[in-house]
Amino acid sequence: MSDVLLPSAESAYATPDAQGFYGPYGGTFVPETVVPALHELATAYRQACADPAFDRELLGMLRDYVGRPTPLYRADRLAAAVGLGTVLLKREDLNHTGAHKINNTIGQCLLARRMGKGRVIAETGAGQHGVATATTAALLGLECSVFMGTEDIRRQALNVYKMRLLGAEVIPVSDGSGTLADAVSAALRHWVERVEDTFYVIGSAVGPHPYPEMVRDFQSVIGSEIVGQLEEKRVERVDAVVACVGGGSNAIGTFFPFLRDVPADRRPALIGAEAAGLGLESGRHGAALTKGSPGVLHGFYSYLLQDEAGNPLEAYSISAGLDYPGVGPEHSHLKDEGLVRYEGVTDEQALEAFALLTRTEGIIPAIESSHALALLPRLAEELGPDGVVVVTVSGRGDKDMDIVREAGLDG
Amino acid sequence: MGDTGPATSPLTSAFAAGRPALVAYVMAGYPDRATSLASLRAAARGGADVIELGVPYGDPVADGPVIAEAASVARQQEGGFGLVHSLQVAKAFAQGLGAGKPPPLVVMTYLNPLMRLGLPAAASTMRGAGVHGVIIPDMPPEAAAPWLGVAEGIDTVFLAAPTSTDERLAVVGGASRGFVYCVSATGVTGERVHLALGLAEQVARVKAHTALPVAVGFGVSTPESAAQVAAFADGVIVGSAIVKRQGDPAEVERFVRSLARAVHGEP
Repeated sequence: MSDVLLPSAESAYATPDAQGFYGPYGGTFVPETVVPALHELATAYRQACADPAFDRELLGMLRDYVGRPTPLYRADRLAAAVGLGTVLLKREDLNHTGAHKINNTIGQCLLARRMGKGRVIAETGAGQHGVATATTAALLGLECSVFMGTEDIRRQALNVYKMRLLGAEVIPVSDGSGTLADAVSAALRHWVERVEDTFYVIGSAVGPHPYPEMVRDFQSVIGSEIVGQLEEKRVERVDAVVACVGGGSNAIGTFFPFLRDVPADRRPALIGAEAAGLGLESGRHGAALTKGSPGVLHGFYSYLLQDEAGNPLEAYSISAGLDYPGVGPEHSHLKDEGLVRYEGVTDEQALEAFALLTRTEGIIPAIESSHALALLPRLAEELGPDGVVVVTVSGRGDKDMDIVREAGLDG
Repeated sequence: MGDTGPATSPLTSAFAAGRPALVAYVMAGYPDRATSLASLRAAARGGADVIELGVPYGDPVADGPVIAEAASVARQQEGGFGLVHSLQVAKAFAQGLGAGKPPPLVVMTYLNPLMRLGLPAAASTMRGAGVHGVIIPDMPPEAAAPWLGVAEGIDTVFLAAPTSTDERLAVVGGASRGFVYCVSATGVTGERVHLALGLAEQVARVKAHTALPVAVGFGVSTPESAAQVAAFADGVIVGSAIVKRQGDPAEVERFVRSLARAVHGEP
């Protein structure tokens, strides 16, 4: 495992600034009631980063409890099927609880304990972050409540049951469309009320400063491992690194070490796959970066799907983890700077990629991760038969069986 | 900004009648545009010293169920209802009905509608509508520079919370114009059965950091609780309890009159 998990002082790509801005994006746009708590959190996080004991405890848990490092697996049958030379899969699906989310919940819950908060809350869309938070809370003996939209509760019944088994309270949110954005709003409102004894474990690289930075740092274990594993495997050239983007935590965790540690002239193309839902022109998608415009939602400034009056729009995707109207502020900055490219993937394309990986490699990916896999055929056209591509498989697909069956994929 | 700024603003002056002031919150566009304008006028007739006009927004993170639901109803009107429509209502109100000068009006809006319109355009539309001040609950002072840079002539009111440290109260007090909005409890707007313990001390703490009037909001819903708050604050803000009555402007007037009497210490 890489020893550069937490951020180092000097790096060519240095973000965010002291106020949590990535270019113009990010910042802290929240009611005054929680501003002191965010300052306290930022201070506690900086102290934790500087404390070798925190780093040791985090690394130890990631290794012995989560099961890191996850493999970088060479998927030759998949590569042949899409027409690429090499496809390497970063297997975040093999983490305990089945997704990358636990990299972050372990970090944040350790921080909560360090700050003396006995109670954590979380929002969840697909349920993966909720399960990871409930799991970590059980492990560390913290009280846990998870806010989840009623539509997502319907789509992800298994994860709801798991959270309850783990001792967490699942609080249904029926506002709006009953999906991820509504769950975030409800969790934020609750936090404003219970800020003094409660730690809000945000599940993606979104929210007010210092959350986007903190979540990125905790998820950077993904990219740091990839960089090290490429060296170990003596992979000389990588053409592209791909990850799916909802809020964007597995993507920023994958990309950030490449931005920080790999010189620009040797850096592969970094590509984020956004949910294009029923099509980018359908008005039914979750592609904030491709189709949105900058605005403030959930405490930060970033690309956002919004109406003429500045109200957030309902996002849509077959995947409960990607139907979020905003996106992490660092992605907005990376898009504007041209450092990462973002492409839309429709429900249908994601389902095709889901089926392809399942049949060629015996790996059933999450429907979110399938959006990243769906870029492989396009990259094959672009790079040709010698192309080398790394894809982060952010989670496994067990939770998606009902959705995939409903979508008519043949068993 | 010089010392003369806050002292001479019409908004600050509304608190200077030698008695506590009532700030009455009305949601623009609820249940419809005409009725909300009638409710604004009813609140003025009822004796409100300052009017706070809420802008309907889709993610009102500082608001409780009553105001969130009213915003949702307002937005469902044909053609939607947002900042631009709300400022049209404000303008109609500021132009008055001929009889006497209406009380100063403060707009309560989340930041994104202002950004969507463009901050300079939003500020100039507000000035054109005769708006005296603005409360932006998701814009703490540290994030306010872009807005303050274009908001000349509009008093920007910042919020002081029960969780604010003395250091932050100094920031909030220093940045505010017009008055300081003291949030009575953690959580969202809406009626509460009891006022927070230690509220008087909290108000005293806020007052130690500003020369401006300090008005208390969140959770004040009856003439009785309004009178209690008026004993130690310069102003009392009532929102959800008025919004609930907005379907009937005559009832708004009657209710605001009972609040005004309680706040003003009249029998």
